[in-house]
Amino acid sequence: MHTPRNWHASAEALLLPVMALVAALLLFGVFCWFGGQSPVEVWALLFRGAFGDAFSWQNTLQRAAPLMLTALAVALPAQTGLTVIGGEGALALGALGCAALPYVMPVPGGVLGSAMVLASGALLAALWVALAGVLRQWRRVNETISSLLLGYIAIALFKHCVEGPMRDPASLNKPSTRPLDTSLQIGPIAPDSFLGDVHWGLVIGIAACVLFGAWLSFTAQGFSLRVVGGNARTARLVGLATDRIVVLACALGGACAGLAGAIEVAAVQTSANASVIAGMGYTGILVSFVARHNPWAIPPVAILFGGFAAAGSLLQRRLGLPDASVLVLQGFAFVCILGAEALRGRLFPLLTSKPAFMVVKTSTKRPAEKRADERAADKVIA
Amino acid sequence: MNADAWITLLLAIVGGAVRVGTPFLFVSLGECLTEKSGRINLGLEGVLVLAAMAGFAGSYLTGVWWLGVLMAGFCGALLALLHGALCSLPRVSDIATGIALMLLGTGLAFYLGKPLIQPQAAQIPSLPLGWWSASQQVQSALSINALFPIGLVLAALMHWGFANTRPGLVVRMAGDSSDAARALGYSVNGVRIAATTAGGFIAGIGGASLSLYYPGSWNEGLSSGQGLIAVALVIFARWRPWRCLGAALLFGGAGAVGPSLQSVGISGGYYLFSAVPYALTLVILVATSSTRGSLRGAPAELGVSR
Repeated sequence: MHTPRNWHASAEALLLPVMALVAALLLFGVFCWFGGQSPVEVWALLFRGAFGDAFSWQNTLQRAAPLMLTALAVALPAQTGLTVIGGEGALALGALGCAALPYVMPVPGGVLGSAMVLASGALLAALWVALAGVLRQWRRVNETISSLLLGYIAIALFKHCVEGPMRDPASLNKPSTRPLDTSLQIGPIAPDSFLGDVHWGLVIGIAACVLFGAWLSFTAQGFSLRVVGGNARTARLVGLATDRIVVLACALGGACAGLAGAIEVAAVQTSANASVIAGMGYTGILVSFVARHNPWAIPPVAILFGGFAAAGSLLQRRLGLPDASVLVLQGFAFVCILGAEALRGRLFPLLTSKPAFMVVKTSTKRPAEKRADERAADKVIA
Repeated sequence: MNADAWITLLLAIVGGAVRVGTPFLFVSLGECLTEKSGRINLGLEGVLVLAAMAGFAGSYLTGVWWLGVLMAGFCGALLALLHGALCSLPRVSDIATGIALMLLGTGLAFYLGKPLIQPQAAQIPSLPLGWWSASQQVQSALSINALFPIGLVLAALMHWGFANTRPGLVVRMAGDSSDAARALGYSVNGVRIAATTAGGFIAGIGGASLSLYYPGSWNEGLSSGQGLIAVALVIFARWRPWRCLGAALLFGGAGAVGPSLQSVGISGGYYLFSAVPYALTLVILVATSSTRGSLRGAPAELGVSR
């Protein structure tokens, strides 16, 4: 074993998720096989529905755009060590904030107006998710639970507003807010090319992932997030404002998910209605975990899962599978990704020799125990 | 509103507290058992939904309600076993696994439960505790889920078991000091897997109560976050089974406010009332968490209380 270890680490970073996703697809095939379907046909349809032709690519990219933003909503707080999963609620609030702005003030048409409605959605969601960070830092409320609870409350608020005070009387069958003025709506990038209906949300999503990735890697402020997440004690010792940084990370994450919701309204639905709440916030959690919370890895992963979502309707049409089949595939993928985490750092030793695996195992510390050490050290310092 | 309407409302809320609270009771007892062993299972949300589907399917296929309940418990235990096993792997966080199982459980339930949305299944019988009263409202408020007394017995059993039995003490030891458990020759992971699985079984019974008693049918919106609220309830209950009962009834009452108001003719703000349990959970979490140190009564190994 004289190969350089950093080579192993980067090979693993790619191999492990790929292996996990392959395992998830295998499991899904077996699952469908139990239901009397041919697994080969299921896999073929999954691929065809996701990446088979120009139309499915358009569908895939349309679905991938919001996933990139909802994944950032998990990935940014994750840099500071928080597991925030309220993306679905933040997305709903973003949609609400976007649709609500014309209710409260006159909005100029054109790009400026579009930017204003998007910003309004992002701001509302940012404040909402920042609350989870505030509760965590000042009251030690577990942020995973609080963010999901806040998410449910946000969805209830959304439904209340859409079906109550903000309802457009013209929307009879499907309660909606008043549609955005056409000058505020976001159009397709290049309607005449192979991209078809794919709207500017995709560009915004990719740009956000690239920019946040660069921010985390190349700026001191972005780096401070990762210091807080890596070791909160060190962060305090070097004088970082830990609380402020955690809340900032939550707010930025919330803003991303809110932006996703606002874009859904401005580019797809034209008004806020129940179709906006379609589980994209939850899928974003999975995307972020598969990408190991690395913003640069999010776009390809989001495209993959956007593709699975797009293929879901094909599976439904051709094989009569329930629309929840995509959820099952996502569930398998999540379980496999977490299971693969256990192999990190030992994939290559495992491949070459068995005893090495045993040695590594005894020296591994569970993260919870590590944190206990940190806390003990905190007390000593205090 | 006049006095009569107030009494109707109050009775509806009291009855609703038991009706809505029963699943909360089972899920929070299951989570209590899991957390006592030192792990948190956020996946109980997935367990609840999957078990509700399985319970409905079992009752529908066999026509016997208690077979449905057993089926629900069994499926819940199976999914929780997956949680326990995954978390035993090195570097796998129990919070992340819980989120994964939330997705997997709801996905499986929606997939397998597609054909179950229309039919009717044999329901869990109710116990008419209001027989002594002539009033229709009292009778309906006091006609309670047959599983509720079982939950009471279970809470008593857990309360006694944690203090007085070997398995109870071993579970608490695994949750308070894994080193001590290891030193005495117990496999910490083994204990935690067993506790998580048993907790999943108990939570699964709560799922059956959703699909076979109230609301009493299977649909995809059956549980939105009730399993998660139960996790927060356990923190509020300070990891004590008896207090889980009180917390479950309180939340059942909060959840029953919206439907009760509707029953007396106030229907505005339905969605806002449906959000009351979530808001209440949040308020309670804020109130019971402390800014310094860990929570009183919390198992020392538990991640959520740090």
